[in-house]
Amino acid sequence: MSTARRVPLALIIPTLLILLVALGYPIGWQVVTSFQHYGMLQQFGQPPEWVGLDNYVALFTDSYLWIVIARSIAFCLVCAVSTVAIGGGMALLMRALSTPVRLLLQIALLVAWAMPVVTSMTVWIWIVDWRRGVLNWLLTRLGGDFQGHNWLVEPLSFFAVAAVIVIWMSVPFVALSIYAGLTQVSPEVLEAAEIDGANGWQRVRHIILPLIAPVVSIVLLLQLIWDLRVFTQIKLLQDAGGFANETNLLGTYIYQLGTGAGDFGAAAAVSVIMLALTVSMSWYYVRSLMKEES
Amino acid sequence: MRATKLRRGLLTLLAVVLALAWAFPVYWMVNSAFLDKATLQSTRPTFLPFGGSLDNFTTVLGDPAFGRSLAISLSVTLITVAAALAIAFLGALAISRFRFRGRASFVLALLLIQMLPAEGLFIAQYKMMSSVGLLNNVIGLAVLYTAAVVPFTIWMLRGFVSGVPIDLEEAAMVDGLSRTQAFLRITFPLLAPGLVASGVYAFLQAWNEFTVALVVMTEEQARTLPLWLRGFIQASATRETDWGQVMAASTLVAIPVIVFFLIVQSRMSSGLVGGAVKG
Repeated sequence: MSTARRVPLALIIPTLLILLVALGYPIGWQVVTSFQHYGMLQQFGQPPEWVGLDNYVALFTDSYLWIVIARSIAFCLVCAVSTVAIGGGMALLMRALSTPVRLLLQIALLVAWAMPVVTSMTVWIWIVDWRRGVLNWLLTRLGGDFQGHNWLVEPLSFFAVAAVIVIWMSVPFVALSIYAGLTQVSPEVLEAAEIDGANGWQRVRHIILPLIAPVVSIVLLLQLIWDLRVFTQIKLLQDAGGFANETNLLGTYIYQLGTGAGDFGAAAAVSVIMLALTVSMSWYYVRSLMKEES
Repeated sequence: MRATKLRRGLLTLLAVVLALAWAFPVYWMVNSAFLDKATLQSTRPTFLPFGGSLDNFTTVLGDPAFGRSLAISLSVTLITVAAALAIAFLGALAISRFRFRGRASFVLALLLIQMLPAEGLFIAQYKMMSSVGLLNNVIGLAVLYTAAVVPFTIWMLRGFVSGVPIDLEEAAMVDGLSRTQAFLRITFPLLAPGLVASGVYAFLQAWNEFTVALVVMTEEQARTLPLWLRGFIQASATRETDWGQVMAASTLVAIPVIVFFLIVQSRMSSGLVGGAVKG
């Protein structure tokens, strides 16, 4: 009995150890540090001083944090909703296609999905490059005057470019997951509905959507969580010529506070806020995965 | 009848346009990689790589900075894959072969941890690494990566382990094998595909990772491949870039990923959406 109890515990010890060292300790440090002040003196080796909730108060009374939070939420909503709408549309489209055309679309999606984030960013930055980018050439050919137009300087067009890239990267997962869900919808049910006189939209609305609602809600939730934490795309577009202050989202703001300004107290406080947001959003997703597990 | 034919034609056209839109950036990367600087700098883009050469690739491969970053990326990735597989394999055994107290909380914790954003932790990880002298260190980065991939790797492997019926093991035990022998000879070989899929998942995560590497590998000498590529992006902000070389470099980084990804894609995504797809 006692050995039977000890075996599984021994098996999970390595997991617990690595998670404690590489994630648990930093999270603990972060919570503690978010109550401390780091300034010039601390950079020269003075121990940080306790300031209670000062970092949080300072952040929440600073309008810049609110701007960053509002921007992050808006960007996240636009990207996640568009991704799921486009991906869902593509999944429905794939049902209506002949096999070779469907395979063509699926392969294109898979290849785009497979691209490492940073290589996707180098290509996209080359496409939107203001000197020789193919995007400006195309828009000029179509009759606009886009020669030498720099997309990354204006915050609004910066975010438009970022959103296009993020959506391009995320649609394949959504489209293929929803399509996998759609293949489970039995053709007999749809035929029966057709015979009973339901038109195309009615069949989508009353039969297909309810049946694929679980997979759609899970991919939407995952997109919301992933798009709230978007960092690499924003950071690299900033590197390519965007102005950081006008284009910061939560991730790049933490990066700037921590590495640029060395204000670890404030960086830790924003990180704690971000972690709390993610964990609360993930709760439903994790519970739904757990349900199927047991 | 005519209307349905027309409709089908329009849908096919739409699908082809979408396929082109999604494949174009990948095509553009490969196409530009074969073209020389003069061709890429002309006002008119070149859509087919006729008259192209492998010069960009030879230049990139001859760049000592590429070799250095390749060595760092490879070592970090291989250490991560080995460590994550070893740790996650034991963890997956625990949750799929045993019922123990705290099992449900353990699984719940894994799933929540897997959702934690690196951006909410990386400043703390930077401070930790700097206090133990592991900044710019391959082992240090591999430890952080291992912790990041272990939860989902356990989750993926768990499915494979439960897929091997315990009856098989028990039958072998009836035939006189010990529990360990039965596991090693019967279950372990059946798990090979699962280990490969999970190993590829860990490989992709570590090879592509940018965020944590950015804060922990601060020196130019310690850049992983994604950080080395970022160098080109930064340079493009201030001066004319030789995009042919950047695209050749990106192609070299992307190719192993695209190949491996196509192998494991279906297994990875079924782990993410779970039973929602099975209907």
